[in-house]
Amino acid sequence: MIKMNRPKHTEYKTPTHIDDYPTGPQYDAGFLPEKNAGWRTFKPVVNHDECIYCLRCYLLCPDGTIMKDNGKIKIDMDYCKGCGVCAHECPKDAIEMVKE
Amino acid sequence: MTKVLDIPKVNAKNMTEKEFFYGHKACAGCGGSIAVRLALKVLGERTYSALPAGCMSAVGFIYPQMAFNSNAIITTFPGSASMAAGIAAGAKALGQKDFKTVVFAGDGGTADIGFQALSGMIDRNDDVLYICYDNEAYMNTGIQKSGLTPYGTKTTTTPAGQNIPGTVTHKKNLFEIIAAHDIAYAATASIGYPQDFINKVNKAKHVKGASFIHVYASCPTGWGTPTETSVEIAKDAVDCGLIFLAEYEDGEYKLNRNPKEFKSVEEYLKKQGRFKHMSDADIQCVIENRDKKWERMRKNWL
Ligand SMILES: Cc1ncc(C[n+]2csc(CCOP(=O)(O)OP(=O)(O)O)c2C)c(N)n1
Ligand code: SF4
Ligand code: SF4
Ligand code: SF4
Ligand SMILES: [Mg+2]
Repeated sequence: MIKMNRPKHTEYKTPTHIDDYPTGPQYDAGFLPEKNAGWRTFKPVVNHDECIYCLRCYLLCPDGTIMKDNGKIKIDMDYCKGCGVCAHECPKDAIEMVKE
Repeated sequence: MTKVLDIPKVNAKNMTEKEFFYGHKACAGCGGSIAVRLALKVLGERTYSALPAGCMSAVGFIYPQMAFNSNAIITTFPGSASMAAGIAAGAKALGQKDFKTVVFAGDGGTADIGFQALSGMIDRNDDVLYICYDNEAYMNTGIQKSGLTPYGTKTTTTPAGQNIPGTVTHKKNLFEIIAAHDIAYAATASIGYPQDFINKVNKAKHVKGASFIHVYASCPTGWGTPTETSVEIAKDAVDCGLIFLAEYEDGEYKLNRNPKEFKSVEEYLKKQGRFKHMSDADIQCVIENRDKKWERMRKNWL
């Protein structure tokens, strides 16, 4: 499960009453009615045997979708866009970009 | 100002697990979003962000989506520094403590249109950290030339053709213009050197008063580069000497990296669609300008 460190996908209900709208021009911080997974052509696949947990991928992911999970890295595939920065920057080539 | 030695180091191992810029709609591999995400992780939860029109606000606030996970607001294009100054003053008047106010503005929003408000903010020494993420053009509106677009760049307002080789001016000297205000802390950085950027944000976090960071942040869409090379390109820019890493503190300039040898400018340029058309003479012009700049920096700052 994705911890509360990251906002989660939130179901959007079309407002039917004025009270359903947010106060002010925006919804709450971290309100995410849409996933980004559909943007991907390639997905990162981690080879945990090669990974030395240096966290370079974690640091550089533009979307922050790589997380620390008990000494292993884990990727939130709902929001990963498949940019390949993690795989390109990994000093151990422990991430492979695989066609969806 | 808090002594540098007293500031606890932040790195990938010990930084907060929380994400404050998440689920945004930036293009895959966007360098600006690396800069915003890392800066917000260093600054922490008690942060007010102010963003003028530009990519980072456009991709963060797509109604009803709200990709900022801490307080954030879109400002008028020329007014981000004054709005941030107001936020900082307002929070102080409410008795709030231990918070930081930050601006994330593009190169156009900083060096051109937002400049007057920024100059006033530094002059008043408002308690704001202003971060300019520099992708070297007005990207959000489709790649127009800004004051920070470098020589030779092909943009929609400076197209490359028989009459001009793309942009015919060199980058504005933003860092020194800011330092000339005698600001408490200013720095340049690149997402290609992420730990250096993190250290500088961390330092600026502890400055009371105005501080400024100019961070070089690649844009695969506007630069014509593969999405996975965003960090590599931003590192190449520093290694070939077109981007320099420096600080201005207590009235002194400091050159953080002074390489004995530069990597190839040509290789850096030819990796990017925006420079592909450049002739040897144009590349020579870029190199000469680089060398002049470094000669001056080495003479005056070392
Ligand atoms: C007063 C005003 N003029 C023009 C615009 C249109 N506009 C919106 S974003 C943008 C480009 C911003 O460029 P930059 O600051 O470099 O940020 P980037 O999009 O590259 O991240 C422009 C011209 C506007 N929103 N407001
Ligand atoms: S960069 Fe590579 S080695 Fe380092 S943590 Fe990521 S996958 Fe593991
Ligand atoms: S492919 Fe890109 S978005 Fe996905 S985890 Fe890697 S760096 Fe992050
Ligand atoms: S156009 Fe460039 S700066 Fe804007 S979101 Fe896309 S990659 Fe980022
Ligand atoms: Mg820009």
